[in-house]
Amino acid sequence: MPGLPERVLVANRGEIAVRVIRACRDLGIEAVAVYSEADADALHVALADEAVEIGKAQAKASYLRPEAVVEAAVSTGCGVLHPGYGFLAEDPRLPTACAEAGVAFAGPPADVMAAVGDKVTARAAAERAGVPVVPGTGRLEDPDAALEAAEEIGFPVLLKASAGGGGRGIRRVDDPGELTTAFSRASAEAEAAFGDGGLFVEKCIERPRHVEVQVLADTHGNVIHLYERDCSVQRRKQKLIEEAPAPNLDASIREGLCDAALALAREVGYVNAGTAEFIVDPVGGTFHFLEMNARIQVEHGVTELLCGVDLVCEQLRVAAGLPLSVAQEDVVARGCSIELRINAEDPEQKFMPSPGEITGWHAPSGPGVRVDAGVEAGRRVVPFYDSMVAKVMVWGTDREQALARARRALDELTVEGIKTTRDLQRSLLDWDEFTEGRATTESLEAYLGAAA
Amino acid sequence: MAEIRSPIPGIFYRRPSPDEDEFVQEGDAVEAGAVIGLVEVMKQFHDVVAEEAGTVGSFQVDNEGMVDAGQPIVTID
Repeated sequence: MPGLPERVLVANRGEIAVRVIRACRDLGIEAVAVYSEADADALHVALADEAVEIGKAQAKASYLRPEAVVEAAVSTGCGVLHPGYGFLAEDPRLPTACAEAGVAFAGPPADVMAAVGDKVTARAAAERAGVPVVPGTGRLEDPDAALEAAEEIGFPVLLKASAGGGGRGIRRVDDPGELTTAFSRASAEAEAAFGDGGLFVEKCIERPRHVEVQVLADTHGNVIHLYERDCSVQRRKQKLIEEAPAPNLDASIREGLCDAALALAREVGYVNAGTAEFIVDPVGGTFHFLEMNARIQVEHGVTELLCGVDLVCEQLRVAAGLPLSVAQEDVVARGCSIELRINAEDPEQKFMPSPGEITGWHAPSGPGVRVDAGVEAGRRVVPFYDSMVAKVMVWGTDREQALARARRALDELTVEGIKTTRDLQRSLLDWDEFTEGRATTESLEAYLGAAA
Repeated sequence: MAEIRSPIPGIFYRRPSPDEDEFVQEGDAVEAGAVIGLVEVMKQFHDVVAEEAGTVGSFQVDNEGMVDAGQPIVTID
């Protein structure tokens, strides 16, 4: 049986790099950081056993260069590379470059990553695995075919550009009478925007909840789930609050979601930590597969608090060829955990990014509180990367206690020198749609719009 | 003459996207309100705008160069 490596290359920055370095410490492994010119004074560099500069400030000249991070791993004698999230974490070139260099990768193999990363092949895999996908059509060329399909699916529907992505090229149609006109307009727009007028029809799930299931899989055929997280509190598709378990979720839906995530992970031959994302229709009581994320997620700590499993340590074990240290029957969800993202943004100024020096920083602590931060007093939030600077996480024996601890934690948190989402997050802890566990993915924007 | 300064720290771009032409060339005549570049800060893009009409002078920041808040980018004569 292979063993854990002596050193791990942490191919990321910010709070997730700090998180991975801590996992290495817990396992008795040395951690090697990488950093751009702009990050020479960053916390993750200070905490690592060794650090390698990999390029200029712009991510594409440093953190987005597969050859640079793999070369750093090789030159420092690292047996495993952990990609974190973002940057290269879901770019199949990274596992490919690792494999060529003989460095184990803390994620799925390149072919599996590519298969789950493509919307069409991921949807096909979900269908093969018997996982419900949003009802829809393939590519359609004319409005009559679209109308027929939409009548069968049921209104409202979405007309989506085949070549679209990232929320672009989507038009909602509520009424059969509008469809023909909408189709020609959407097709012309798609032609102009993407050079391809092809459209397809998808059912519009109104006011859905975003619920995702954490899975872990090793190279010995073990695949387990660690229950779900609700990430419905979003602004512009960016999550602000995550919690586990999902509140007010029917037990049969929870079981269905977890089974579906396992079936999908097995279908694609998944390895390491991954997350199957679903939209749940709270009215109809149904769920549909959205996408699978082939990496550790920002909000993984919520699951760690809920289940008492260190997901990052499991990732490193799996990468080293070891079996998971937990079996499905050992995974028990206890109590309730909530995460609040603290971003260097000014909610009063349309969430304008707020880089700068952190002149004062007090992180909350006490019973049931965990803070994962990439910064501290005296360090700079540089303008080149993601705005998230910390995650305040709490655990309670029930949701009421978790909410009370979350309020206490944010009351204790102070950040000086930059604007953050702290005050907004604190107000959301008294927002009835969230406290009563009925937020959908559309709730926060409606709340912010009403408050503005 | 008006000096256009970066509103925020970040990375300055002269093109709307890598495949497109530059917003303006040196010597171009621009109207007030014309976008002459972008500054990217934390994955968000902010327009850099000419506040008055005039002729675009020489750029003091390269495409994809780093800028600080208030740093001069170009003059409009």
